[in-house]
Parts: sequence; C-alpha cells; structure tokens
Amino acid sequence: MKPTRVLFRTTLVAAATALLSTVAFAQAGAKLKVGLMLPYTGTFASLGNAIENGFKLYITEQGGKIAGREVEFVKVDDESDPSKATDNVNKLIKRDNVDVLIGTVHSGVAMAMAKVAKESGTLLIVPNAGADAVTGPMCAPNIFRSSFSNWQPGYAMGEVMAKKGIKKVVTITWKYAAGDESVRGFKEAFEKGGGTVVKELNLPFPNVEFQALLTDIAATKPDAVFTFFAGGGAVKFVKDYAAAGLKKTIPLYGSGFLTDGTLDAQGADAEGLQTALHYADSMEITKDKSFRLAYAKTYKLQPDVYAVQGYDAAQILGIGLKAVNGDLSKKAEFAAAVEAAKIDSPRGTFSLSKAHNPVQDIYLRQVTGKENKLIGIASKALADPARGCKM
Amino acid sequence: MDFSTFLIQCLNALQYGLLLFLVASGLTLIFGIMGVINLAHGSFYMMGAYMAYALAPIVASTFGGGFFSTLLVGVVLAVLLGYVLEWAFFSFLYEREHLQQVLMTYGLILVFEEMRSLLVGDEVHGVEVPAFLSGTLPLGEMMTYPVYRLFISGVCLALALGMYVVFTRTRLGMMIRAGSANREMVQSLGVDIKFLYRVVFAAGMAIAVLAGMVAAPVSSVYPGMGDTVLIICFVVVVIGGIGSIRGALLAALLIGVVDTFGKVLLPQAAGVLVYVLMALILLWKPDGLFKAA
Repeated sequence: MKPTRVLFRTTLVAAATALLSTVAFAQAGAKLKVGLMLPYTGTFASLGNAIENGFKLYITEQGGKIAGREVEFVKVDDESDPSKATDNVNKLIKRDNVDVLIGTVHSGVAMAMAKVAKESGTLLIVPNAGADAVTGPMCAPNIFRSSFSNWQPGYAMGEVMAKKGIKKVVTITWKYAAGDESVRGFKEAFEKGGGTVVKELNLPFPNVEFQALLTDIAATKPDAVFTFFAGGGAVKFVKDYAAAGLKKTIPLYGSGFLTDGTLDAQGADAEGLQTALHYADSMEITKDKSFRLAYAKTYKLQPDVYAVQGYDAAQILGIGLKAVNGDLSKKAEFAAAVEAAKIDSPRGTFSLSKAHNPVQDIYLRQVTGKENKLIGIASKALADPARGCKM
Repeated sequence: MDFSTFLIQCLNALQYGLLLFLVASGLTLIFGIMGVINLAHGSFYMMGAYMAYALAPIVASTFGGGFFSTLLVGVVLAVLLGYVLEWAFFSFLYEREHLQQVLMTYGLILVFEEMRSLLVGDEVHGVEVPAFLSGTLPLGEMMTYPVYRLFISGVCLALALGMYVVFTRTRLGMMIRAGSANREMVQSLGVDIKFLYRVVFAAGMAIAVLAGMVAAPVSSVYPGMGDTVLIICFVVVVIGGIGSIRGALLAALLIGVVDTFGKVLLPQAAGVLVYVLMALILLWKPDGLFKAA
C-alpha cells in the first residue's frame, strides 16, 4: 500500500472516531467520567489511597450519582513524578475524555496538571498539593483546591509563635517548593509579630541526614525551631530531634504534616509537639463525627486529613454539578456556584476564595498519645493572599 | 563554629560515612568481583530496614529473642535470598553488557518495591532502639549523642575489619581475588567458580540488608528509602575506585565530612557538593582513589 493511502485511511479512521466520541459525549445524562490522577506507588501511596477513599465515600453517600449522572472512574498512578505528569494528564483528557480531573499529592505534578487544565479548560480539583502557585499565578476559573496552600499552615504558626513571645527562631526544611513556601509563610507572620528568623536551614529533598543541622541548631541556641517535613522525613526528623537532646531545651513547632499519619512511627518522641493545620483529631463537630464513622465503617480504617480533602474535592464537584444540572459546559455557572458555597466539611465549614483556595480556620494541635488534639485556633478564616493570581 | 561544635560535627561525619561504607561495600564487592552493576542494591538496604520492622515481632514470639536475634534472622534470610537471587537472576548477567545488567536490575527494583507494598504496605514505621543501647552521652552544653549511633559506627568498623581479614588473609579471599582477575584460569585449576560467585553475592546482599537493619532505628522505615541510598552509594564506589573495599571506606568517610560540613557551612550548595567532590577526584584520578586490588 502506498504511504499516502495509509495516511489517508488513518485520517479517515481518526476523524470517524473523533466524531463518534463527541456524539457519545453529548448525550444528556451520560456517565460522568472522573479522572483520578493520584500516587498509588512510592512514598505518597497511602495518601493517594486515602484521597480516593474520601472521594468515593461522598459519591456513595449520594447514591452513586451526582446531579443525575452516574460516576465512572479512570485511574492513573502519577508516581509523584513531575516528568511524567504532562503525558498522564493529556492521556486522561484526550484518550479517556474525562470530564473532570482529580489530583494530586506532589506539588510538582500538580503544577503540570494545572498548566494543562488551564490551557485546555478541563475542570481540575486539587485534593492535596499545596503549591502556592496553583491558586496564585496558575489560578483559573476551572481550577479548584480542596486542601490548603503551603503558605497557610506556616503563616498561622508564625502568628501563634509571635503571640507566645518567642523572639529568635531557626527554620529547617527540605529545599523544595512545599518547604520553601511553608517557611516563607511562617516568616511573614512571625516577623510581622516582632520575631526574628536567625537562621534558615535546609537540605536537599528527600535527604534525611539531619544530624549535622541538629548540631548547628544546638550551637545557635534559638528560642524555638519551626519546621516543615512530611512522611518518612517527618518521622526521622522528630526522632533525631529528640535523640539529640534538643526536645527538652528548644521547643519544636511545625506545619501539621510533621505529625500527621506519622504518630505511630514517631512514638513518644512526638509527645507534646504543637503544629498548625486545617484539621485535627477529635474535632467536636457533628459533620466530622458522622464522616469518621462512615469512613471507618466503609474502609475499616481511620480517616486522616487526606481523606477529608478527598471527600471535600467530591463535595466541590457535587455543588458545582448540581448548580448546572450535570452540564459541565456551563463553566461560569459552575464556578459561581462553588464560589458562593459554604462547604460543610469535617474540618468545619469553609468557603473558597476568588482564587479557589479554601478560606479556612487553621487549628493549633498538640500531640497527646496517638492523636493530634485540638487545643485552639491558630488563625481564624485564613485566606491565602493569592499573589500573582489574575482571573 | 567553636571547637566543641566542630568536634561533634566530626563525630557526625564519621558516623554517616561509616554507615555509607557499610551499604556501599556490598555494591563495590559485587561490582568489582563479578562485574555486575546492581541497581537493586538499594532495594536490599530497604529490605533490611523493613525486616528490622516486620521480623521483630515474629522473632520475639518464635524465639523470644530481641534486637540481636532479629539481626541474626535477617542476615540468615538475606544470605538464603541472595543465594537464590544469584541462581535465578544474577548468574545470567556475568557475560552480559552493562546496559543489560542495568535494565534487569532496574526491573528488580520495581518488583521488590511492589512486593514490599503487598507484604507490609506503604506506611511509614519507626523501629525501637533496644533498651540497653537507648542511652545518650552528653556532648557540649546543649547536645546529647545517642549511644545507638556509636553502636552503628562499631558495627561498621567491625565489618570493615572482617572484610579486610577475609580478603587478605584467607584462602577464600585469595580465590575470590583470583576469580575476579581471571575467571577461566581459576576454573581450570579446579575451583568451583559458580559457587564462589554465589557466596560473594549472598555476602554482598547480606551486608546491605544488615546495613538497612542497623540503620532502621535512626532512619525510620518508609517506601522508596532504597533509591536515595543507591545514588550516594554509586558516588562512593566511583570515588573509591570500582571494586576496592579500602577505596570505598575512604570515599565514604570523605563524603561524610563533605556532606556534614557542607550542610552547615555552604547550605545553598549542600545538594551538589558531593557530586562536585566526585568530579574533582575523577579529574585528578580518573579510575577513583584506588584500583581494585
């Protein structure tokens, strides 16, 4: 067969497929295709599972349908690898024709997703990644976040520590977006409150050789330490901090991820640590109690902050979709409905800012036993400044 | 930096360097003697850490033993597993090109990660330090130094010494060295080279598993922990000279010093200093510090 003929046939087939898919797509009441792009392997695998569980719990509560449309899932493991992100998103949009993207945990991957979503206009709801830019320079009418910006817990902790009368602080984190942004938020509030950051220590992600930096902290003798670490790094840092004898002499504070989902591994070394986050164990909220009960019943697991964020991502989708009667082509109405909503979350009621990031209470929690106990509110209805967002 | 802080940092550098040596020595052994690039070496370290976490309760209920019984059981398992892996996979790699070795051992990384996920899940775990090693020594006015870190350094030194003795003073060591230099000649002298390689591989794997087990209480146990270790181990092997145990020890200590002091004195460049060191040493000595003996 001649090459031109091959090419011609391919074009025909491609055109026919495209036509058929649009026809199938336009049928009213067709299934709603949800693309879950989450980490199912690697360091963040358990977070990806929790988000998916939370998301599906809401769909189940709604009887498997949102705004009259049955939900169908297409799952992709994003491997927390930014270099594969753009490919994966494009596959979900072009090959699988998903109506909405849900993802992800890793900020680098989420940034790639936001970029594609912004260009293609596909609805994207971010259930965890805190990269400030997602609701900053990358913000768009079709991009929403159900979690937090890295700036938020950091800023709230800065306010708390300044109020406590702490003067000199050393910060320590990984040298990557989430760490930098968290420390930047902390510094902004802490210096506004009259404190000084005497040293900013960091180490390359995901390096966990903290010993040299702990020695440096001991030699610097600050009043307190502020930190951002998560996952395995958080466990090791808390254990090393205690083993170096610093826990008794220099109080350690952090963004809530330091002690979330890690308490079993940290054991007694985490006892008494104070952190700031938009969720806590033992919240005295009716919605939280019913959520925790339903989650435990369905999955035989205790929910965590990630499950809450997954659940709320589904809530945001539900609110918007009901407002447009299941017709996602009405983007402006969808966004308007979500922006106006008060979202009844297990974390307490929150709304979304103009840039589509949660305006929420950031709680002060303290570790007692195996729980991050709520001891107060670090910052009431805190809104991310959304620097660089133009809609 | 005052003098006492400087001393403590030296101690930190020593401990980190020795642990790196422990992991990298197995890698350089397998590489130097059989010529196999084993990317799955980091996975062995990861396995060791997970064994320290998952075997402890099983060992305690079966033998009623504590930390050291767990170490022993882990090492025995590692030797058996290493023996089987060599027979099943690695024995096919000796005559192959490095690229093929890299491909297959990369595949093994994926298999091991998935198996870990199935067997013990994806959660982060801590491992308790045994009671008699859980003390601390006062250092300076603010710091205390965990006794367990001294124990790690001790284990590493003992192992380094043991390897040195085996290689230079025993018949087995002589055969291994000869086998790496000229496989055919050793075989025609009536030595079972296949069996010899299997022993070396099992030993290399056991060392990595032991390193993981010993490191678990201070490093905690988490998915993907083998990857970071693997990269830095390759740096150790390249700087030290491929196949040289002496070189690996020196390179690991050097990296310990550069990493520890780099983090404090040049925090902006902490991530790249080790690689700069590697580049400089290779400019000066393209084959690394020591050629394999």
